[in-house]
Amino acid sequence: MSAATITNTPDTTPRSGHYKFSGLLGSEWTKLRTVRSTMWTLGLTILIAVVISAVATAATRANWSTTTLANRAGFDPIGRTLIGVFFGTFTIGVLGVLVVSAEYGTGTIHAVFCAAPRRLRVLAAKTIVFGAVALVISEIASFASFFLGEAFLTGPVPHATITSPGALRAVAGSGLYLCAIGLFGLGLASIIRHTAGAISAFAGILLLIPIIGAALPASLDNDLTRFMPLRIGEEMVSGPPLANSFSPWTGLAVLCAYVAALLIIGAVVLVKRDA
Amino acid sequence: MIEAKNLTKRYGGTLAVDDLSFTVRPGLVTGFLGPNGSGKSTTMRLIMGLDAPNHGDVTVNGHHVHDMSWPLHEVGALLESRSIHPGRSARGHLQMLAQTNSIPRARVDEVVEMTGLTSVSRRRAGKFSLGMTQRLGMAAALLGDPDVLLCDEPVNGLDPDGVRWVRNLLKSLAREGRTVFVSSHLMAEMALTADEVIIIGKGRLIVQLPITELLARSSKRSVRVRSPQVGQLKTALEELDGVTATLEADNSLTVRGTDEVTIAELAASLPVTVYELAPQSESLEEVFMELTEGTVEYSAARPAESPAAKEAGQ
Repeated sequence: MSAATITNTPDTTPRSGHYKFSGLLGSEWTKLRTVRSTMWTLGLTILIAVVISAVATAATRANWSTTTLANRAGFDPIGRTLIGVFFGTFTIGVLGVLVVSAEYGTGTIHAVFCAAPRRLRVLAAKTIVFGAVALVISEIASFASFFLGEAFLTGPVPHATITSPGALRAVAGSGLYLCAIGLFGLGLASIIRHTAGAISAFAGILLLIPIIGAALPASLDNDLTRFMPLRIGEEMVSGPPLANSFSPWTGLAVLCAYVAALLIIGAVVLVKRDA
Repeated sequence: MIEAKNLTKRYGGTLAVDDLSFTVRPGLVTGFLGPNGSGKSTTMRLIMGLDAPNHGDVTVNGHHVHDMSWPLHEVGALLESRSIHPGRSARGHLQMLAQTNSIPRARVDEVVEMTGLTSVSRRRAGKFSLGMTQRLGMAAALLGDPDVLLCDEPVNGLDPDGVRWVRNLLKSLAREGRTVFVSSHLMAEMALTADEVIIIGKGRLIVQLPITELLARSSKRSVRVRSPQVGQLKTALEELDGVTATLEADNSLTVRGTDEVTIAELAASLPVTVYELAPQSESLEEVFMELTEGTVEYSAARPAESPAAKEAGQ
């Protein structure tokens, strides 16, 4: 390290135009892939989904002979394989929180906003890149869980294929649901910024509100339940429709509306607040 | 060129920056001095557009950072927060910043080498020493080969070799015609690096002037005098207008309010034998302390731009 090394090479930075959105997308992808814990969490989402599906379906197969007739009749071979995907709600949601809150926590956001001061573009690039990665991971988790799970459901146990009624909707839709949950976390963190606060809010909204709802009169609770993100997920992974629920696609649209609302509030505070 | 006009920033009830106006010119290293908590870092954040001022405005080469086409190319910043994710490698950090401004990978390699991080560039930044973290911050600031460089306390945590490297780097960047604005709470370091200094206290401008003028401006230059007839000389000196003479423990006199020529002539006329007549300049640290204590009022180098000067004139 010496003064002699300061000389600059010929300038290759473009002088015309404006810094590009494609550059921001590339930057967000680099940010995701260069933090090991992010990659671990993504891998964990797939692993949890597949392992839980395998265990659940293997247990079903093993206990089938002692399962009551009523339970056999109500058995949903699609939903059973996707139960692990449903658990991915928490890993992917926390990851969505972290991709935003870790930047505030470490101050990285300052370097990023100095390089790309139009903050909404940064939020848009982050949403797109994380959303795309979360979607790919979620779909891999869903399809892998379904095919592995179905492989365990043999013999007398009802079995589904991807062409069974509702199967493709449940499998592909579960991936979409997980991706939306990841963006839900991202949107929440863009408002709250602090990791602990945003994760608490995420867990609180998903877990505590349904518990509070359960304390309400049943008729009111039934009306509220369908709006709960976890209920929307349950409905999506299930083959047959559930009671007190929206249809799977309506549920997903409601969840997407939550995400949109969070991102809009996040965008507003991003522009108004000091970084 | 950085131009701040009447910058004011309030956090809750605290006034962090108070009606601050200054100009940082290209081709010079401009030191930004003030005690801890005087508003230096806040000013840096206001310049970079990370925080919005409650009042006033600041531009870099005539633009707000927000409106720049290629921000990293126009202004590089080493900020107080250091802005580095501990889980990301040095190279990953630089790469993700480079991509935002379409800066080629070769330039990342170049700044890594320039800052002496080659051997550790693939290690996670969280394992870095304070000095290495500073170097990574400098690498990030230099990534776009910017016309304007902002550094918040760049030598904190650096070893002597690193301090010298930063000093030479800043000077050579300024010589290339760039604007270099560097904050510090260490006057001694600035004396070696800066061509000009802006001193603030409690968020207000105290003075902006060339570093060479800073010492000359000190009102408390003194002359050390040793003489066998110290008492006689002291009495004679104190008869002069505005002159004070203090007898020190080693039996020497510290004379303020006049210069060595006057003392020598007085001594000759008495006559008094003088063994030693040594002009003492106060250390820059002393001048700095004095300025920032707010005990001495100074007129600014550019009165029209200085609210402190306006107040002093009222």
